[in-house]
Amino acid sequence: MAYLAGFGHYLPPRVVTNAEIGARVDSEPAWILNVSGIEERRFAGAESLVDMAVKAGELALAAAGIPASDLEMVMVASGSSPRSFPGPAASVAERLGATPAAALDLPMASAGSLFGLALAARLARGPILVIGAEKMSSVVEREPLEKGVAILFGDGAGACAVHPSRGLLKVIDSELCSDGAYAEDLKLEHGQPLAMNGRVVILQASRKIPAAIAAVLARNQRTAAEVRTFLMHQANQNLIDRVAQTLGVEPARFYSNIRRYGNTSSASMLIAASEFFAAGRLEPGQPIVFAAFGAGFHWGALLAETGDGKD
Amino acid sequence: MAAKRPVSPDPDESLFDSGLLDSFALTDLVSGIEAEFGITIPDRDLNPRKFDSINRIVEYLENQ
Repeated sequence: MAYLAGFGHYLPPRVVTNAEIGARVDSEPAWILNVSGIEERRFAGAESLVDMAVKAGELALAAAGIPASDLEMVMVASGSSPRSFPGPAASVAERLGATPAAALDLPMASAGSLFGLALAARLARGPILVIGAEKMSSVVEREPLEKGVAILFGDGAGACAVHPSRGLLKVIDSELCSDGAYAEDLKLEHGQPLAMNGRVVILQASRKIPAAIAAVLARNQRTAAEVRTFLMHQANQNLIDRVAQTLGVEPARFYSNIRRYGNTSSASMLIAASEFFAAGRLEPGQPIVFAAFGAGFHWGALLAETGDGKD
Repeated sequence: MAAKRPVSPDPDESLFDSGLLDSFALTDLVSGIEAEFGITIPDRDLNPRKFDSINRIVEYLENQ
């Protein structure tokens, strides 16, 4: 298994408050906060998904001390790419200066960056850059605006440089799962509004995320109580709290920034990780768990451990 | 649960439409049923429609 060597993130500057988005879907700001834990989100405006991905990627490479020219692969996870093909990965890799490194798109909402991290850790023979980037405002703006969708989402990008032999965190194991029986319960058709069966999503996520975390911990003789911090997809504060409750740990152990950024889909987990690790270096040997759930359904968890930065 | 006091909904009343259940309360309800009846409800059976009224819950449990 490889190492997570450095994180970076980028959020566009324009803040969209609950009052602003609520006025467009006839919702009170306090109601939005109560059902989601979100107070504000960022909208990118003229900036593209690729623009945001490049900025987050550059920061992750700088944090890891890896030149773009050394990358063997660039993965970009996104559920809001503006076209079917080519996806953003090749453009992002070219703008970073990584050409001719392989550029791989993961067209997965929400769980994409987790799948990217797990795949990169399994594949890495050289450095791999994993980016989650979303311009969900381009989805939210599609008419007719649907209240349950419009209030949730924001734009942004997060990135992680994966290195085969050195880094902040050693990847121990990962658990990746998919079940296409739920493909119709959360979907984004070409040019259509996002369709979400919220009850099914919440019910399944509430069960599947803790189960995936428990599975990867049990396989490695760890318990949830031993985990230093959980870095979970920022879908909904109530869901994060529910997962913590199921695992029997305090919600405070789950890093959360959803109040400020909303749900940035596949970008959210890496934005959270970037903010968390920017706050300070941790003692060696502490377990960190990443987890996500999204359309597909795809879900899973990744167990890593803080190290001394060397192999 | 959205309601704090014991309630007695009509057996066919939609627990969602009446406001007694929301997405997260449904998770609690399913966990409570599992604990009360000593069963494990597989994820594939977790369709909100199956738990939308007292009668639908009874029907589900009788088919187990």
